[in-house]
Amino acid sequence: MQASPLAHHFENIEKQSHAERLGMWLFLASEVLLFTALFAAYAVYRYLYSDAFAEASRAIETWFGLVNTIILVTSSFTVALGLNEAVKGNGKKTGLWFAVSVAFAIAFLALKAVEYSHHFQEGQLPGRYYSFHELQAPGASLFFSLYFLITGLHGVHVIVGMTILAVVGVKAARGKYTAAYHTPVELAGLYWHLVDLIWIFVFPLIYLV
Amino acid sequence: MSPSHASDVPVYNPRNYLNSPATGLKSWLLTQDHKRIGVMFLVAASVFFAVGGLFAMLIRIELLTPGPTIMDAMTYNRLFTLHGVVMIFLFMIPAIPSGFGNFLVPLMLGAKDVAFPKLNLLSFYLYMLGAVVALYGMIHGGADTGWTFYTPYSTTTVTKVVPILLGAFILGFSSILTGLNFIVTTHTMRAPGIGWNRVPLFVWSIYATSIIQILATPVLGMTLLLVAVENAFGWGIFDPARGGDPVLFQHFFWFYSHPAVYIMVLPAMAVISEVVCAFSRKNIFGYKAVAYSSLGIAFVGFFTWGHHLFVSGQSAFDAGVFGVLSMFVGIFTAIKVFNWTATLYQGSIAFKTPFAYFVGFLFFLVFGGMTGVAVATVSLDVHWHDTYFVVAHFHFIMVGATVMAFLAALHYWFPKITGRMYPEGWGLVGAVMVILGFNFTFIPQFLLGNEGMPRRYFSYPERFWALNVASTAGASVLAMGLVIVLVYLLISLKWGPIAGPNPWHSRGYEWDTASPPLPENFEETPVYTRGPHEYDEDSYANPPPVAPEPKHAS
Ligand code: HEM
Ligand SMILES: [Cu+2]
Repeated sequence: MQASPLAHHFENIEKQSHAERLGMWLFLASEVLLFTALFAAYAVYRYLYSDAFAEASRAIETWFGLVNTIILVTSSFTVALGLNEAVKGNGKKTGLWFAVSVAFAIAFLALKAVEYSHHFQEGQLPGRYYSFHELQAPGASLFFSLYFLITGLHGVHVIVGMTILAVVGVKAARGKYTAAYHTPVELAGLYWHLVDLIWIFVFPLIYLV
Repeated sequence: MSPSHASDVPVYNPRNYLNSPATGLKSWLLTQDHKRIGVMFLVAASVFFAVGGLFAMLIRIELLTPGPTIMDAMTYNRLFTLHGVVMIFLFMIPAIPSGFGNFLVPLMLGAKDVAFPKLNLLSFYLYMLGAVVALYGMIHGGADTGWTFYTPYSTTTVTKVVPILLGAFILGFSSILTGLNFIVTTHTMRAPGIGWNRVPLFVWSIYATSIIQILATPVLGMTLLLVAVENAFGWGIFDPARGGDPVLFQHFFWFYSHPAVYIMVLPAMAVISEVVCAFSRKNIFGYKAVAYSSLGIAFVGFFTWGHHLFVSGQSAFDAGVFGVLSMFVGIFTAIKVFNWTATLYQGSIAFKTPFAYFVGFLFFLVFGGMTGVAVATVSLDVHWHDTYFVVAHFHFIMVGATVMAFLAALHYWFPKITGRMYPEGWGLVGAVMVILGFNFTFIPQFLLGNEGMPRRYFSYPERFWALNVASTAGASVLAMGLVIVLVYLLISLKWGPIAGPNPWHSRGYEWDTASPPLPENFEETPVYTRGPHEYDEDSYANPPPVAPEPKHAS
């Protein structure tokens, strides 16, 4: 028999789930603020160097971002499907949907890697490494500094989220959760939605405007 | 030891968190017990306090004479940076919340532990890791930027800022996890009978602190990371030579670091609210005002950062707005001060060591706060900015208040944590020396600043000599006082008289269990039918022989 999911210091499972959810939301709030500093910096420099930023944004290829957006949104959907199965107590199917989501995450990262290698070839690099000849306006290198910081930090979150999905997915497939207690599945899903949500902000900021 | 027949002879609780489930080193290092984690934080923070204090004494000795005294200018720059970094990031931010908070918050809520015990242990190890990384940078070259890491200097200096910045970044995670744990614990783990209007004031203040920790720390973390990246790779974010904006750094930095000063002061206020009630034998005057003003401070604290940028080229309008917003913090603080003093009124005051530190706290808070309002006045600050006046202001309010509260807490909860008493006479001697020493250190610095002595210089014109000697003399008294405190507390750990469950006859919930507490805190989940600070009319005249027992759930 598996051990009860109730930790010794909680009175009952409802309180424990409540605590876990609240903890996750607070954590997500502080995650958002981590990105906020970068977005604020982006806003400031976009204001200071609006022409250079617009041109730099045009210099990177939109279709990479677009395809990646589609991949992430789809993966968020498959995560939701997995959670839906967990609610019904179908651990196996949860595991399956989470595996599909992880595959999408890997596709996202692979595409990102191809895109990064393009930037390296073109010299579209941060700060003192910048050597992109088509665009020499002041501020252009700042765009790429922020580009790499924002997408890099987001990429780290993709890797973390993917790992969480994998671990929770395997546990679900092994029947660790029940219809009555599947909070970890919910929380994993929540984290993945955050990763998706942040990208939804990153995409227009970097590729479209 | 004598057997205990009479109920008023204190006995040492035979089974407690210090000796069970085990006593070995491993049982401590891998513990998930909030009390042990709290004690580990306290020990570590105290060690860092001593290290930072040593740096401080070296700084004061250097400033004993005009011109070089015991070191060169570069060593001096490194020394005051290390002093600031160690004191702020390793002592003042974690000491009360992570140390006392961890120990007390679950006890005060009648809970068995914090909501996430494993995360709690992780927080401790992140703290140690951050400390090690930062100290590595300090030993191998140190940094010469000051604790504020102002760009563009910090992005171009060749000293070891990168490990120190990374260390601070890691410490930030520790801070966030601890804050998160406290908020969730307060929301979900209160014992029956503890409604929001019965949450002890200590917990309220820690709760407000936690909000700041969660919301502001990530911004600082990101900012420090940007400086590190820039210093290591030249990415140009804050470097004007590459089009970056150094003032943006100041905005980011103070967006965290001004609220951060409340991360240090709110926990101090947490301690003081408890001490006032316990040593005047009275319920707090205006519980709600004291509780909610903590939230008010946390909230307004986010809108005042611009008062550090008065001379950065900020517009006069911005400066005016930030100046006025800053003064709102003064209002919330004044509410608390008013309520504490009103609590004393007609109380039966026990002038014990924690109370002596309360008096010191009140003086530093009020006086330091008034100088805060003075420096928030733009026209005055242009004169005082980057002089010793600012140094004295923030030491008075931040260090004065926090250290007073830390010492008050150490004495008030010493019996709770260790089960033993410290010597009261020595306690008062230490308190008097610390408080006087503190005043003698920093009052001369107000005068020096007003006469124009700039901060962060290792040498000065001769006309500043006398006041600098006075300041160093004061620092020596302060240091001696602290050494006395350290010595008798260490002695009391082993030889202090047994305290019994509630030597102060306090009504705080945390005293409703054995001292030191059981490993699982309470025999059974307590049920409360009274508020956390309710004293009877004559409870001090006729103190109950043993701790008042809480009513237990059947
Ligand atoms: C409550 C506790 C407070 C703490 C712990 C605190 C702490 C500090 C610190 C650490 C600094 C110097 C930072 C540096 O440059 O190294 C500072 C400066 C300053 N504080 Fe406070 N402060 C407090 C309250 C206040 C209040 C209530 C006000 C205004 C009403 C205020 C206004 C200022 C201003 C304007 C400066 C900048 C002075 C300058 O650099 O020229 N402070 N404070
Ligand atoms: Cu401030």
